Amino acid sequence: MKILYFAWIRERIGLPSEDISLSKDIETVQQFLDWMKTRGENFEYALEHDQVVRIALNQQHCNDFSTRLDGINEIAIFPPMTGG
Amino acid sequence: MTAKPVVRVQAQDFDTAKELEAMTKGQTNIGAVVSFTGLCRDEGGVLETLELEHYAGMATAQLNDIAQQACKRWPLEHLLVIHRYGKIPPGKNIVLVIATSSHRQAAFDGASFVMDFLKTNAPFWKKEHFKDGSTGQWVEAKDKDDKARDRWD
Repeated sequence: MKILYFAWIRERIGLPSEDISLSKDIETVQQFLDWMKTRGENFEYALEHDQVVRIALNQQHCNDFSTRLDGINEIAIFPPMTGG
Repeated sequence: MTAKPVVRVQAQDFDTAKELEAMTKGQTNIGAVVSFTGLCRDEGGVLETLELEHYAGMATAQLNDIAQQACKRWPLEHLLVIHRYGKIPPGKNIVLVIATSSHRQAAFDGASFVMDFLKTNAPFWKKEHFKDGSTGQWVEAKDKDDKARDRWD
């Protein structure tokens, strides 16, 4: 699974992207985020406030964290967008 | 026929006048052209540059999706969306939306819709760099931008 981070979430984690083999136990976006927070203080700090964490699955916004990760090969994690 | 939107995500600057001319030249069916250009503000003279980070593949895909929604919703002749990334100094262009239509309301509404959705749904993030050498916080998303988007529901 390719994982991408953007803006201050990227800075807090300290990486732009990773390639990770996810455990089979991680079936949903929420389970994925819960696991991410256990990976170290930087991940916990970056993802501490759920309400400002946005997720894209295969480059499509995902607003429902109960969504399953079947068929997904790219997950992006980022804060609310501020373009324009 | 539904207009086929053109979307460009690029580091280089654009020329609003040239883009307007290209979209309208030789066209006799267009009665209205609406253009919106978003510029970088200097925030009272303290900003050195605005840094725009983007999620490359998704930014183009999202802008295309938003532009296609606008073309389905209003009878537009043309719709162009250009969004820049990278470091942009005050006074320079960030974003351009041009919509053309037979009658004005479609062009006004189509361009406005694209900007409102772009602000909240296109994966770009702004970070401020100041003249005193300090780096500001990442620009925070505003509730009023969510409200501006939701008015189109």
